[in-house]
Amino acid sequence: MAESNQQNERLIVMLIIGVIALNYPLLSLFSKVELIFGIPILYLYLFVFWFIFIVCIAVIVEKTKSQPLLTDLLNSKRVE
Amino acid sequence: MLQEWVLLLISFCYLGILFAIAYYGAKRADAGRSIISNPYIYTLSIAVYCTAWTFYGSVGRAATTGVGFLPIYLGPTLMAALWWFVLRKIIRIAKVHRITSIADFISSRYAKDPMIGGIVTIIAVVGILPYFSIQLKAVSTSFNVLHTFQGPTVAQYVAGSIWRDTALYVTLVLSVFSILFGTRHIDASERHEGMVAAIAFESVVKLVAFLVAGIFISIYLFSGPAGLLQDAAKTPELSKLMKLEALNGGYTSWFTLTFLSMMAILFLPRQFHILVVENVNEDHVKKAIWLFPLYLFMINIFVLPIALAGLLTFPGGLVDPDTFVLSIPLHAHQDLVALLVYLGGLSAATGMVIVATIALSTMVCNDLVMPVLLRVRSIRKRDLSSVLLTIRRGSILGILLLGYAFFRLIGESYALVTLGLVSFAAAAQFAPAILIGIFWKGASRRGATAALIAGFAVWGYTLLIPSFARSGWIATSILEPGPFGLAFLGPYHLFGLDMFDPLTHSVFWSMLANVGFLIGVSLFDRQNAMERLQAVQFVDVFHHGGLDSHLYSGTATVSELRNLLERFMGTDHAWKAFFEYSQQHDFDAQTTPYADSDLVRFVERKLAGTIGAASARVMISSVVKGEEISIDGVMKILDETSQVIGYSRRLEEKSRQLEKATTELRAANKRLTELDRLKDDFVSTVTHELRTPLTSIRAFSEILRDNPAIEPEEHQKFLDIIVKESERLTRLINQVLDLAKIESESAKWTTERVHLNEVIDEALSSISQLFIENAIELKRNVPVEPIFVMADRDRLIQVVINLLSNAAKFCDPEQGQVTVLLNAHSGKARVTVADNGPGIQPDEQERIFGKFHQLKGLRDEKPKGSGLGLTICHRIINYHGGNIWVESIPESGANFIFELSLVESNK
Repeated sequence: MAESNQQNERLIVMLIIGVIALNYPLLSLFSKVELIFGIPILYLYLFVFWFIFIVCIAVIVEKTKSQPLLTDLLNSKRVE
Repeated sequence: MLQEWVLLLISFCYLGILFAIAYYGAKRADAGRSIISNPYIYTLSIAVYCTAWTFYGSVGRAATTGVGFLPIYLGPTLMAALWWFVLRKIIRIAKVHRITSIADFISSRYAKDPMIGGIVTIIAVVGILPYFSIQLKAVSTSFNVLHTFQGPTVAQYVAGSIWRDTALYVTLVLSVFSILFGTRHIDASERHEGMVAAIAFESVVKLVAFLVAGIFISIYLFSGPAGLLQDAAKTPELSKLMKLEALNGGYTSWFTLTFLSMMAILFLPRQFHILVVENVNEDHVKKAIWLFPLYLFMINIFVLPIALAGLLTFPGGLVDPDTFVLSIPLHAHQDLVALLVYLGGLSAATGMVIVATIALSTMVCNDLVMPVLLRVRSIRKRDLSSVLLTIRRGSILGILLLGYAFFRLIGESYALVTLGLVSFAAAAQFAPAILIGIFWKGASRRGATAALIAGFAVWGYTLLIPSFARSGWIATSILEPGPFGLAFLGPYHLFGLDMFDPLTHSVFWSMLANVGFLIGVSLFDRQNAMERLQAVQFVDVFHHGGLDSHLYSGTATVSELRNLLERFMGTDHAWKAFFEYSQQHDFDAQTTPYADSDLVRFVERKLAGTIGAASARVMISSVVKGEEISIDGVMKILDETSQVIGYSRRLEEKSRQLEKATTELRAANKRLTELDRLKDDFVSTVTHELRTPLTSIRAFSEILRDNPAIEPEEHQKFLDIIVKESERLTRLINQVLDLAKIESESAKWTTERVHLNEVIDEALSSISQLFIENAIELKRNVPVEPIFVMADRDRLIQVVINLLSNAAKFCDPEQGQVTVLLNAHSGKARVTVADNGPGIQPDEQERIFGKFHQLKGLRDEKPKGSGLGLTICHRIINYHGGNIWVESIPESGANFIFELSLVESNK
């Protein structure tokens, strides 16, 4: 169970990071008319953060093997 | 411009393809070879979240509010991080209790109260109407634009006769379509595999269509997205859109939108249906957690470029921004692209309508109509399976017509997204009852009822009623100053709170009321046994998912139960269900007159899948005679089960710990035994070694004593032997003492700067006699420049002497050769003592520095050393922070090497 809990903790931390990064005041730093690589800085920030966030979640979810729960084990035994 | 009949033909062909896919999916499901049972189809079906709102509305919203369209997709991305934690639990609960809809879920949680199910259904239906009107508006508008587009002129919607209104026909076609799609089965908990397959296909179509449109517009019509954005940045009007301030309500509004979409992705009835009810396997959630956000990411990349392109192409607001995706390709005379876009939009809209109507019709039937019908005694006895289907079909048509009415009344005065957000705010009202309900056992039935009613009332007052007012159906005086002229009751600034935009204002008050009532009422409420039972089963679903028998102690006959099932499911399905049960439980329905509690429970669940948990409960208790086992008794069983599981978990933990401790103990014991054996060996070796010199000393002393007339020459020789043997004895004893001292760490060390070259020379001179006696060639290879290390000088000499005497002992007996080598590189001084003896076997190399270890079996002789020399060397070098090791190839000599850190020579 410990491993699965750790995964949950990581995901919750990611959620908190996401909520902080995608709200005032951090967002206000990028709210200006300025182009980087020809893209408005606010859009660039939002899309790049978005993509990184997805990658992080994918890594967290795919890296950890979730363990079967105890009840599943009990149930499967019962079926036998 | 496209002909109307071509459009119609293509639209119906497309719907036909959808049918074919659905039919194929359902057939495969019946054959047991599901095509939807994989995480990718699951993810695509979740993308039903992207409706016409996304397809047309996002661009329109981007054209007026800049980034304002994005929170709707960032919210679900954030929420997806919680899916493994929250959604998986909801899915598990739904599977255990055969939940068929969100209303069923909430009412099951709160004591299977039919009233709660009804309230949820009403909220869902009323809340969804604006959302339906979006889809109708989008499809009919896109249809009209496609065959009447005349260039950038003011597009006038002619709200003429209802019979000439495209939207009405769209409504009717969609109703028929949904009815054919969704109500083939009676058992609502049976998954609609065909529908899911079709929805997944639609998700692909809309994504491809939108990406094609985006690439076409930004690259083919303009010089790539970057060039387009640069053009826009030069226009002051458009550059405003690149800041967050373009969003009305600013950061507060941004936050509200994110929050609403986080709730909507889970609790919109259709999302709940796809995510939970249609879920095949919990593990699919894992992939969807990141694949679904990726889908959202892709479908949003081109929104801003298209919006800016639209504003650049049609300046002056002549074309509705919501139709940009369509009107730009039409303006460029690219009818094929426009047609593809139209199909994408059609996919987005039909997908939403199909899933939402299926979800809602189930809710209306199970949670609104059935509880009322079942109160009428005469109906209870009739065959209801066909009635059920009729109710569902009727409710699909009814809901869509209501949506159309809403569209006629209000739709025209709002943009797509604004309307959709009203629905989102309604769906958010379910969040507290569910989220708090699955984690807090204390949430009570009365609390949830109050919360839902309060939240819904506030939502209606602050969002729905104003929208009627703004469309001119109610006097606008209700908005400004307020109803009856009371400013503090104004729907947009309740109690004078006027710092927010209307949406944030509404969400704030409705959530406050909702959560406040849920927690407040629950805290002061006493739950009855049934409430506690359901609460425990929901909150602790992972602890005792399987427990559900023992509920009934009363008696019911098997035939009564079967009749009950037949009435609701039809004869065929009922017999099939009984057959299944008797196969699994070794139960013969023909010979057993009375049903056991397992069977009763089985029938209740089957019924729940058809008419909802609340109604199923009513029906079952009408058949089962005698008392239900007291629910307190069930609670006790539940408690016991969880206790047992708790114990077994603790037991498991303990036994794991024990096992670990045992392994450690076993290892320690092995080590001790080994040490003990070594000690014995050592003692016998030492004793042996001590006895040898002692014996010879004694023997020669006796000779001297007994033979006084011995020749002086002999006499001298014997005395020499005695002295030499005594020395050997002393040396041995010294070594034992030395080691004991080093081991007990009581030895005194005097660390100083030591000239290593001198140390080696000193060691060589003190041992040279040994080499001369044994005729061993000694090679010295020491550089001229001095090498310094920090060390205890005497100990270091001892190490070198030990190594040299070892080398002397083991080198080739005929042509012995020993080399001492000193060099320094990369901060280390290295001393090598090499011999040309038989070498050391690899397995011995590791152990050779161990205490009491002696090389055995060398030329079948007795061990040559005390077994302590190398141990002492090892300890001394270790003490100085250096390394000592041996490199040897058997049969060609051994190199003993040690390294110490250098110190600056000029210090």
